[in-house]
Amino acid sequence: MKVIIIDDEPLARSIVKEYLRNYSDIQILAECNDGFEGIKAINQYEPDLIFLDIQMPKINGFEMLELIEEPPVVIFTTAFDEYAIKAFESNAVDYLLKPFSKERFDKAIQKYIQQQKTTSAKTEAVLESAALSPVQQNRVVVKDGSKIKIIPVSQMQYLEAADDYVKIFTAEGSFLKKKTMSYFEQSLQPFHFVRVHRSYIVNTQLITRIDAYEKDSHLLLLNTGAKLPVSKAGYTRLKEVLGI
Amino acid sequence: MATSSNKQLLLLNISWWLIVSVIYAYILSQFIFSVNEIIVDTLVTCGLLGALSYLIINNMRYYIPQREKYWYIFFIGVGVSGICSVVSKFLFTFFLDDDAQYINQLNQTSGIRFGIGFLLVSCIAMMSLLWYNQEEQKLMNARKAEAEQLSKDAELFKLRQQLQPHFLFNSLNSISALTVSQPEKARHMINQLSEFLRGTLKKDEKQWNTLEEEMQYLELYLEIEKVRFGYRLQTDIRCDEAALQLQLPSMLLQPVVENAIKFGLYDTTGEVLIKVHAIKANNNLEISVENPFDPETAQPLKGTGFGLPSIQRRLFLLFARQDLLSTRKEDDHFITTILIPQSL
Repeated sequence: MKVIIIDDEPLARSIVKEYLRNYSDIQILAECNDGFEGIKAINQYEPDLIFLDIQMPKINGFEMLELIEEPPVVIFTTAFDEYAIKAFESNAVDYLLKPFSKERFDKAIQKYIQQQKTTSAKTEAVLESAALSPVQQNRVVVKDGSKIKIIPVSQMQYLEAADDYVKIFTAEGSFLKKKTMSYFEQSLQPFHFVRVHRSYIVNTQLITRIDAYEKDSHLLLLNTGAKLPVSKAGYTRLKEVLGI
Repeated sequence: MATSSNKQLLLLNISWWLIVSVIYAYILSQFIFSVNEIIVDTLVTCGLLGALSYLIINNMRYYIPQREKYWYIFFIGVGVSGICSVVSKFLFTFFLDDDAQYINQLNQTSGIRFGIGFLLVSCIAMMSLLWYNQEEQKLMNARKAEAEQLSKDAELFKLRQQLQPHFLFNSLNSISALTVSQPEKARHMINQLSEFLRGTLKKDEKQWNTLEEEMQYLELYLEIEKVRFGYRLQTDIRCDEAALQLQLPSMLLQPVVENAIKFGLYDTTGEVLIKVHAIKANNNLEISVENPFDPETAQPLKGTGFGLPSIQRRLFLLFARQDLLSTRKEDDHFITTILIPQSL
């Protein structure tokens, strides 16, 4: 069994290494300092299991997972308090609250082995539930070719549905993110974004004009020059947010 | 406080009636009264009014109507003046019974006497009413100030005590890792962490400390963080000789540095150099804390960093100034500067 340890604190990694020493069938392929190294190592080694810290430089553990096509099974190792961790508790394979004991660690490994027998990895489900909060970071992390780009929410102009993806439009161009429209609709609500159409979510701060278009529909003009359709339901939501 | 102010009020009452007596006697002397008549009239009239006023003032000490206090004063004026008129008439006829001319004039001026008595009594009653109101206001203000001070102290205490649970648990995790590989180092770190925690938990902690003492405390914190983050965290601390004995609020510097470390470590991936520089500038202690950051991805929203609002709040509570904490960006460096005014 192949594992990778991703944590920005060397001592935190060494404790996982130490606890893994007894497992002769587990092979540590890499240790990573941050999410970038983590992505590289995961793509290179395709591990079965990763130990992942949440608070890390540049991109956090959740954001790193979002950027991987087929994320491996995850055991979170974090100093997050219990309250924060509840959000993904039900879906995670397991989470270890630092500092954790050898017994607790063994239990997590056992749980992983058990789950491997019964079901396949649930990491995507973990992400869906955990991800209901990552925009808390006021940003979205996307892949731009081989590079990783961090888009602050304030720089997002509008979002467009694109099959399984959502296309995020910024001044620097558009970026694809594997998420649902309803996910963004929900998580961007606090930032004055409104879903004006089945396929569009718009940053209301950029709206310059709303024109009547056809029966029951409107056309929206952004200060960037972009024109977006507004559906009947979208228009109702928009009016509510703009207070008109 | 209440009794001494009451004495003052009674003294005021006595002086008031003494002055009134003199003026009263002077006015009487303008008419054709004998010395004997003037003395008796003055003593009886002013003495009676003064004694009754004394009772009123004492009474007001315990009871002041909240509403309709002006009617209260009016009735006191009418009542006291009326009683005085009746009683003094009786006394005059008793003392100066044989003075028919005087009695005659007395009867003629009873209206004026009543009116003057009413004005004088109302005046002193009004004065004491205002006096008591003012006393009450003073007490209320003192209570309010005290309550405010208490809540301010509590808030300051809370702000001073803010300990990041993250820091604590991650440090414990590091110790846990060290116990097997380097037990000596683990013990050392436990001692450091204990000493650091003791500093944050001290309840009757001094509000102020010298920079030198605070720096020792900061070193403690930095050593723990360096064990956690290894080579990634570097520090450069410089304090001017002249600044070492200056005063600053205790536990103010550490959260600022903690903030810089977090900002630096989580916003970049390489080595992070944290610079702390303290100088004496004019009559201020000026401390600047510098950390690297990535201008491309740092959040504009987080422009002032993670934990700085609470520092700002503390400085405001202590100095009533909003301009003591400032931040600026120089290329890829984020600099937080705090000014601590000296000589308080």
